[in-house]
Amino acid sequence: MKKLLFNFGKYPVIEAEETTFVFQNQLNDLVTGEPVFIARGSGLCYGDSALSQTTISTLKYDKILSFDTQQGIFECQSGITLEQVLTVIVPKGWFLPVTPGTKLITIGGAVASNVHGKNHKTHGSFSRHIVEMDVLLASDGLLTCSHDTYPDLFEATCGGMGLTGVITRVKFRLKKIETSFIRQKQIKAKNFDELISLFEEYRDSTYIVVWIDCLKKGKHFGRSILTVAEHAILDDLNDEHRKNPLQLPGNKKLTVPPIMPWWVINTFSVKAFNFLFYAKNYAKEISKVILYDPFFYTLDAINHWNRIYGNKGFVQYQFVLPLEATDGLAEILRSISDKGMGSFLTVLKVLGKQESMISFAREGYTLAIDFPIRKGVFEFLNELDEILLKHGGRIYLTKDARMKPEMLKNYPELEKFKSIIKKYDPEGKIRSIQSDRLQLTPISNE
Amino acid sequence: MTNNKTVLILGATSDIGIAIAKKFASAKYDVQLAARDATQIQALKSDIEIRYEVACSTFSFDALQYASHAAFFEGLTPKPDITVCIFGVMYDEDDALNDFALAERMINTNYTGAVSILNIAAKYYMAQKQGAIIGISSVAGDRGRASKLIYGSSKAAFTAYLDGLRNKCFKDGVHVMTVKPGFVNTKMTEHMPLPKALTAEPALLADVLYKAFTKKKNTVYIKWMWRYIMLIIKNIPEFQFKKMKL
Ligand SMILES: Cc1cc2nc3c(=O)[nH]c(=O)nc-3n(C[C@H](O)[C@H](O)[C@H](O)COP(=O)(O)OP(=O)(O)OC[C@H]3O[C@@H](n4cnc5c(N)ncnc54)[C@H](O)[C@@H]3O)c2cc1C
Ligand SMILES: NC(=O)c1ccc[n+]([C@@H]2O[C@H](COP(=O)([O-])OP(=O)(O)OC[C@H]3O[C@@H](n4cnc5c(N)ncnc54)[C@H](OP(=O)(O)O)[C@@H]3O)[C@@H](O)[C@H]2O)c1
Repeated sequence: MKKLLFNFGKYPVIEAEETTFVFQNQLNDLVTGEPVFIARGSGLCYGDSALSQTTISTLKYDKILSFDTQQGIFECQSGITLEQVLTVIVPKGWFLPVTPGTKLITIGGAVASNVHGKNHKTHGSFSRHIVEMDVLLASDGLLTCSHDTYPDLFEATCGGMGLTGVITRVKFRLKKIETSFIRQKQIKAKNFDELISLFEEYRDSTYIVVWIDCLKKGKHFGRSILTVAEHAILDDLNDEHRKNPLQLPGNKKLTVPPIMPWWVINTFSVKAFNFLFYAKNYAKEISKVILYDPFFYTLDAINHWNRIYGNKGFVQYQFVLPLEATDGLAEILRSISDKGMGSFLTVLKVLGKQESMISFAREGYTLAIDFPIRKGVFEFLNELDEILLKHGGRIYLTKDARMKPEMLKNYPELEKFKSIIKKYDPEGKIRSIQSDRLQLTPISNE
Repeated sequence: MTNNKTVLILGATSDIGIAIAKKFASAKYDVQLAARDATQIQALKSDIEIRYEVACSTFSFDALQYASHAAFFEGLTPKPDITVCIFGVMYDEDDALNDFALAERMINTNYTGAVSILNIAAKYYMAQKQGAIIGISSVAGDRGRASKLIYGSSKAAFTAYLDGLRNKCFKDGVHVMTVKPGFVNTKMTEHMPLPKALTAEPALLADVLYKAFTKKKNTVYIKWMWRYIMLIIKNIPEFQFKKMKL
């Protein structure tokens, strides 16, 4: 049955078929029966990578297959969400080795985008922790791959945006925790230079993230809050928390109403929000111990928060620039504040060394900025693309809905990636709106 | 062996069966999963064991193999405290009209097969003077309609059977609950455009079913509107009803 489909940014919206499966044999039938398809998890990528004329939803394929509570090894079908995984592993003293800023994504989505978290420097992207996984190819063959078996398939599947096949089973290593709490410290940075030196000072922290006010100009340019954190140990907890150190967070949620007043998205409200966020931190430094939820998944507490950008949707511009390209970073931030096109949320993270073929992460700074769709945005983003290319930067495919194929230039193993998808899907059945737009998949003759 | 009570899920590959199995497991019941192809439910078994930390076992069961039912029930250890009958098929009614083999199969799965296995469970429970049976019938059984000719009548028969069984078992303290879902978003209905407000997710069905079971309800509709919709449909005079396209 056709329905309207879109991802987190609500742009683009297409009419497409969404099929589901509960058992492997049903998936086999879909893969052989559909002429063109792409796998789809929670649809929480921002752009068009989980969209195609037929999508195969993995959400019903969500069973846990094994959990070694001694060694911390977890094995599951690909449609399970991180939230469901956490509910099972946290009470046993384990955590996800890597997690993005939302726990509502699927494990399949975590692999296909090779997601990174606030600990990329120390823990890399998600794929580093995979023991092995199964991929169902377009030709209907199921292959188990890992760093050692079918390494080319493995490499191209991690961050490969679903283009090698449907990931069906993933076995991965967890991270040991003593408590489900986080010990965090928030530090104010007056400007860009101060921020860069704080990065240096706190480089050994496990988790680092920065909220940056993109609209500040002049001497306040780069005004931001740096948050560094570690998993709390028992000694960090107060008596109350110590009674139940591995507790799960509750389920309280706010909902953004379906129709937001227009003013919410104008520059004024963006400024106001940034100010509020900033004012929370009166002191230069604030330390506290909190449950993992508000630290990792701040926005999950607000249902449909993406509605705040209005009905036309938005795109998120997430890029990475090499560490030495701080000029490029400053140039981009300046262009954004000059245009007053800034976004509701702007998050800056440090990434460690690059570890796989097509994944986004490489050593450098990554910034994610939301742009509500309105007049001039796409032209402006094309300008930012120019700056990025010049400084060796690249864009995160999972956030992209609009860039041109030339922007893939700074993915050094692009050609190798293309040849591997061709090898495993010679008929070019697996394709998304994005893969067609970016010419990652052979031009279709329809 | 745990001290938990045990629930038997007949039709464990269905979306509704999976949801009901998980719901009982989350309430700390041990679970026995039965399906035609037991290899299909191994993943559900591990999932239930790991998520809910209860015991879970799997069995092969075919509703149409009546002769095997006694041995199947015999083979369950421990015997389930609750038997939930979920299996059922809905074929295209035009096909079923043109091909009696199909109509017969639908009737035999939804009614004859259910009677065969539930008779066995009911006799056991009556002898034990405890136990419960939950049957998933359908609103389609509340009144015969052209668009659900065979399916509806098989479910009507199943509903009548459950009503009778409840009456028969009452004196022995065995509870029988009839569940009449309206639309449920499952594999069975994936290709039909269903009105959203009237359609339940399997997880909601399981929640409502479990709650009704703990309150010892006799008949339960999923989504309250259905009780009234069916009340109206049942009360349309036949001379009018027969002219309607339903
Ligand atoms: C609020 C928010 C915060 C976020 N924060 C971060 C962050 O900090 N770091 C980060 O890296 N990302 C982040 N993301 C992005 C998100 O983690 C990725 O887009 C992720 O891939 C989404 O997973 P999903 O299950 O929703 O997949 P979808 O959005 O449905 O699909 C994404 C891609 O994965 C493919 N895919 C999905 N499942 C499979 C499968 N089983 N087999 C093959 N391919 C598959 C799809 O084809 C598609 O190309 C964030 C997103 C949101 C909404
Ligand atoms: N979906 C709705 O809107 C709706 C509404 C009212 C009532 N119901 C009823 O709810 C029940 C579950 O249906 P569903 O919607 O979850 O559909 P479903 O996913 O199609 O499930 C049907 C189930 O019946 C099983 N089955 C079929 N023939 C069998 C046989 N001979 N022996 C044993 N098992 C057999 C199937 O097992 P296999 O996997 O082996 O085929 C499957 O588990 C059915 O009784 C249906 O009539 C559904």
